[in-house]
Amino acid sequence: MSDLRAPLLRLLQAVGLVVTLLLILFPLYWMVTASLKTENDLFSMPPKWFFAPTLAAYADAIENTEVLGNLLNSVLVTVSAVALGLLVGAPAAYGIARYRFRGRRDVWFWYVTNWMLVPVVVLIPFYLTASWLGLINNPVVLILVYQVFIVPLVVWLLVDQFSAVPVALEEAAQLDGLSRVKIFLKISLPLVKPGIAVAAILSGIFAWNDMLYAFILTPSPDARTAPTVVLNYLGGYVIPWPQVMATSTMVCAPVIIGGIIVHKYIARGLTMGAVK
Amino acid sequence: MSDRVQDRAPPMAVAPPSWREKMEPWFFILPSVILLLAIGLYPVIYTLVASLQSWVMGMGPPSFGGLQNYAHAFTSSDFGHSVLRTLVLIVITLPIELALGMMIALALDSQNFLVLRRLLQICLVIPIAITPSVVGLLTQLMFNQQLGIINHLLGYIGIPALDWLGRPLSAYTTVLIVQIWEWTPFVALVLSAALSTVPQDIDEAAVLETERWWPRFRSIQLPFMWPGITAALVFQTAFTIKEFDMIYTIEKGGPGTATETAVMQIERMAFRGFDVGLAAAESILMLVLSILLARIYIRVFYREMD
Repeated sequence: MSDLRAPLLRLLQAVGLVVTLLLILFPLYWMVTASLKTENDLFSMPPKWFFAPTLAAYADAIENTEVLGNLLNSVLVTVSAVALGLLVGAPAAYGIARYRFRGRRDVWFWYVTNWMLVPVVVLIPFYLTASWLGLINNPVVLILVYQVFIVPLVVWLLVDQFSAVPVALEEAAQLDGLSRVKIFLKISLPLVKPGIAVAAILSGIFAWNDMLYAFILTPSPDARTAPTVVLNYLGGYVIPWPQVMATSTMVCAPVIIGGIIVHKYIARGLTMGAVK
Repeated sequence: MSDRVQDRAPPMAVAPPSWREKMEPWFFILPSVILLLAIGLYPVIYTLVASLQSWVMGMGPPSFGGLQNYAHAFTSSDFGHSVLRTLVLIVITLPIELALGMMIALALDSQNFLVLRRLLQICLVIPIAITPSVVGLLTQLMFNQQLGIINHLLGYIGIPALDWLGRPLSAYTTVLIVQIWEWTPFVALVLSAALSTVPQDIDEAAVLETERWWPRFRSIQLPFMWPGITAALVFQTAFTIKEFDMIYTIEKGGPGTATETAVMQIERMAFRGFDVGLAAAESILMLVLSILLARIYIRVFYREMD
């Protein structure tokens, strides 16, 4: 019985892997090919698996919307937001991982609670305060508001990583006369690189991809970030699908490529409290 | 989570801690606390105060309204239904994502099919990275009744064309499917990372002991995975409660309000209904609900570490 079971399990595994791969890749394939088709090719029935690719939809998208400028806004907002989040989040994670103090547990739980914060709770006051201060359409507001989820995420991921650094290593450095700050910067920080890479890419993905905050806080066409561009198309009666998919591909490409580049750190950086 | 390491307390200070030593951790923590107080706590207090006001934009200045917004929220069937839809979304997608994610993690953990496994490991990032508002649009395109590729592919195996987005129940089902597609890979990654923390020597001993996978999974792998499972639950619950972009771009919560979640309903109330007081009260209720859920998960699953 058991000798029969092993090959069966292996077959199941292969089928599972292939099916999962197809399920993940097919929508991506469909988006990219749709962006390279003409409207006729896209909606021909039966579907055209082979077609003459054209970049016309990209040209249209670039001409008809501010997508390039909006992509630039997204880069600016995402990079600044992630940098700020790491700047304040990484030391906080170190403090929680390395010190025992009263309220340590509460502080940690408070960070996680912020992660659960429903965006509308933050959105209404931010919108009203920003309009009062004349900061609607200012990217700084987005950079700040994204810290609501970036800082908790960074802390959550990095506490675990810092805890995994052997204490003996830091003790040795302390005997050599290094201050706690130097130990943090020179010994611990380089050792948690996988964690930092994962924290940066995940917070980067969530910041880049946000539409809700951006669509309320930076509504003007030139102040928008990329994900809200697609909303332009939803208003009309006729949706120019190849153009929508071209815009979508441009919006998604940077984060997908970024994610693929750091994917190898993910297994080591996403341990979430499992490190003993 | 962090308390797992409590037995390994930093041994550096032996003498009773001086004031300086007591303050030292706060030197590292304080900047982030100040930032989060400003952008996390201030809005919550603002919302709390707003929730007690009778405040409709463009209808005069806010005035104190006591708990009437809360009373209104509790009796509003619009809000009640949207909360219910959100909870059902969590209750249905979470176990499916967890089960599928676990299967993917286990499949990735074995020794066979190196190329396939490496490929999948890379591709798991894709659904997480794809912009949710784009996922919504792509759903519109692919699930279209006449021209969508999904119905066409289903036609190959003899399933008649379904009206995925046209009817309330099927639109809700579509949202479920897309949500599972979008987030299962994330669960798989977290569980896969958790699986990698199982000490190799223990695992190898178990493999020598038995060839069957179930006992090995139950008594060796699973115990090491609880923190990862809890993290996946907290993450996923938050993602689902906060989900807006994807469902909004599918069909703005429609048909009717069939796919409108709580966050969407509150956004509509605040920014298109202009009833700030009511929207604020509803936000506070959602906040309480999400904190309760996080507490429960952490209580239940991290219990063994106390």
